[in-house]
Amino acid sequence: MNNEQGRKERLDRGIKVRTDGLYAIMSLRELCYLTVPRLVLIVGLLILPLVMPSMYWQRVISIVCIYAFLALGFDFLAHFVGLVCLGGAFFIGVGGYLAAILNTSFGFPPLVTIPIATLLGGAICTLLLLPCLPLRGVYFAIVTLMYPLVLMRIIEALNILGGTDGIMGVASFANRWIEQYFVILMVLLFLFGLRRLVNLDIGLVFRAVKDNDQAVRASGMNISFYKAIAVFVASALGCLGGACLVHIYMWSGISLFALDFSILPIAATVIGGAGTVVGPVLGCFILVPISELLRAFGTLRIVFYCLILVAFIVFRSEGIMVYGQRKYHQFERWVKI
Amino acid sequence: MDILIYGTINSMALALMALGFALVYGISRIPNFAHGALYVISGFVTWGFVRALGVNYLLSVFLTMIIIGVVGALIYRFILIRVRGMAISEIIASYAIGLAILEGLRWGGFKGMTYTLPVFVEGSVDIAEIPVDFHRLVVVGIGVAVVAFLWLFTHHTRIGLALRGMAQDERAALMLGIDSDLMAVVAMALGSMLAGLAAILLLPLGNIVVEAGYNVLILAIAVCIVGGLGSWMGAVLAAFLIGFAQILTVTYLGSHYQMVVALLAIIFTLILRPSGLFGQQKELEERV
Amino acid sequence: MNNQPILEVQEATKSFGGIVAVNRVSLDVHDGEILGIIGPNGSGKTTLINCVTGFIKMTSGKVLFRGRDISGKPPHKIADMGITRTFQIMRPYYSLPCYKNLVIPLFSPRAKRTGGWRGGGKLGDRDTVGIDILEEIGFERDSFVPYKIASSLPTGYLKRLELARCLALKPEIIICDEIFSGLSMSEIASMVPLIERLQMDGITLIMIEHRLRELFRVANRVMVLNFGEKVIEGSPEEVMADDKVKEVYFGSEEVEEVMSHA
Repeated sequence: MNNEQGRKERLDRGIKVRTDGLYAIMSLRELCYLTVPRLVLIVGLLILPLVMPSMYWQRVISIVCIYAFLALGFDFLAHFVGLVCLGGAFFIGVGGYLAAILNTSFGFPPLVTIPIATLLGGAICTLLLLPCLPLRGVYFAIVTLMYPLVLMRIIEALNILGGTDGIMGVASFANRWIEQYFVILMVLLFLFGLRRLVNLDIGLVFRAVKDNDQAVRASGMNISFYKAIAVFVASALGCLGGACLVHIYMWSGISLFALDFSILPIAATVIGGAGTVVGPVLGCFILVPISELLRAFGTLRIVFYCLILVAFIVFRSEGIMVYGQRKYHQFERWVKI
Repeated sequence: MDILIYGTINSMALALMALGFALVYGISRIPNFAHGALYVISGFVTWGFVRALGVNYLLSVFLTMIIIGVVGALIYRFILIRVRGMAISEIIASYAIGLAILEGLRWGGFKGMTYTLPVFVEGSVDIAEIPVDFHRLVVVGIGVAVVAFLWLFTHHTRIGLALRGMAQDERAALMLGIDSDLMAVVAMALGSMLAGLAAILLLPLGNIVVEAGYNVLILAIAVCIVGGLGSWMGAVLAAFLIGFAQILTVTYLGSHYQMVVALLAIIFTLILRPSGLFGQQKELEERV
Repeated sequence: MNNQPILEVQEATKSFGGIVAVNRVSLDVHDGEILGIIGPNGSGKTTLINCVTGFIKMTSGKVLFRGRDISGKPPHKIADMGITRTFQIMRPYYSLPCYKNLVIPLFSPRAKRTGGWRGGGKLGDRDTVGIDILEEIGFERDSFVPYKIASSLPTGYLKRLELARCLALKPEIIICDEIFSGLSMSEIASMVPLIERLQMDGITLIMIEHRLRELFRVANRVMVLNFGEKVIEGSPEEVMADDKVKEVYFGSEEVEEVMSHA
């Protein structure tokens, strides 16, 4: 009897340590402490299209969300799986062209082409990147940087898929509210989905692949398989972005492979806070509007965001989100005392 | 025959573009994605000296080399040094610097057909009934000279030996009293000067355009990857491989494919033999 | 002990460039046995293990596991069959707490097959099993050690964590690469019974060691490597008595010490 009780106690201690977040249920205050930041984000995103002054800025919100898909994918791959993928444009391009073809050649409406382009595009990208998966660090980064360029040049050289003119006459969303809320809801879905994923057991495996892939192999797991899954998730995200993009612009062309789509999500991730999942989205909401504001300066805006990026990488490499989280925790403690 | 001649010239040009990148990576393990920007900027600096200020051509070449070397050293000393060892940050930071320089130049109005450099020597000569201008011969000649100089430098001078030591094992080099940061600065300066030299040699053959920065970067990476990152002798050999491959595709397929060759070379080399065709295969053992 | 060895290596050879790191080494291990592999630094011990576990490809030779040829298979397949290994340089998943470190091996196909905890699928299932395994291997459940971030652990616990990672797979063979080195005397003293218990549980062990005294206490047989070649193989007493081994370890105080204790 006594023995049984002792065992129970020991079990409890383990559970207590492992359910750190559970104390939140204890009081409303704690509950607020945990949920308010999340609610602010969700509600903020949802009312954003309503408060935007003009069509132009509403359009900017959609573009921000598309960059957010890419940034989420980049953050997930780089900081949870250890694959630095500089080829965001590749995913956008594949997704975009797929959606455009499905729409113009087969006549599917956007709400059908987008899911198909997402899944099929993710599969295609994963398949194409499969041979590179054993590569690590710089090598993977370089090879992924080259993929969109190759695809672009091939389309240019072979003059397929509309060549340099691209594919025109892609259907748009039914109206701009659907467009806005579709991309925003998708961002929220994937944001919280990814956060959940990286804390699941399979997410731990991803992080283990990043930390020490040899030990994962020694544990009898095929790391290429897990890397492929991760790449599929990230590339599907990118393809979703691409598919939305062509339906927003009603046009698909080789500019989908532009370097912008590769570099801006990375900048957003660095600025927003690497490895936080929320950070990249936040970074996009800071960077993209800034770059829109600076549009009048032409290419100088690229100079601006490159300099911001360098400054962040060199001086505050943790990013806004990590910094903010730390401050938030400190703040709360301070109030208690 | 013309394939042979133009292939050689093209290969030498590629080697010149890539040597700087290979040198920096080989010694300090920093993939200098600002390489293309340094290349373009040295073109404009020389142009500024020669065309705008009217300085003697040879003197302005000399000045440009010094300036670009200093720029490279400064970039390393103040920015890249802080992110060393973090592969992602190195790439992003150097790429962002390069992008900033290139787009800054573009914004500054340095674009279009107006910016050209004079060739070193006018005129041309017929080799096996194919006209080749003197300047291209100069490119080949200086290219060979640079490779020879680099070999001598790294094998027979104190600094060169220190650089090689650092390339092989940075910690061991540190133990032997080699200041690795200083050496990395030297390497970066040298690499930038090589980029500058390549620009001065190659740009008279065409216009100075900002886009060249991206192309040079891609070509340099292609050559270095195929040759094995970090091995600059491998880079020279790979330059010939890619150079001839490019000329062959241009002759038989069309100039659209020129870049595709380089890009596919990168992808296939990385997939099939990540250490490059001439690089040493590093076995996994040391990591286990 | 039946006659068919559980693991058999036939003439394993591995050369790096021109250097032959392992030269035609053959060995066999029987069920439930502890085989020690010793040899001076650079004698090819770790390379041999890497060959057996598939982390590097052999130049030539064969590895048989229960009569099946496993040479040339990728590491994860070999681990999946039940041959696990620890690493000389321990690198746990630093950012995770210890017990979460075990979630990764528990997630593997082999653990799902053999563990019996595959059902449920609830969050935390693997956590509980992980903590159980950690307790088995000497992490006190009641203390905070199992819940600490792995990077904050001392070497002794890291070595145990490595072993625990192997145990999570319910292995048939564990290959320990220098599990005693870097440990204090008291840590070693507590490690030895652990090894003995693993043997009693029916796990076959191959131990690469520099700490000869402890190794000779637990090992049934010892093999000596030098310059990638097998010098001698036999019981600890035979090995200790052999002249060639003295030559290999000439002047090494440790051998002298071991001998004087024997």
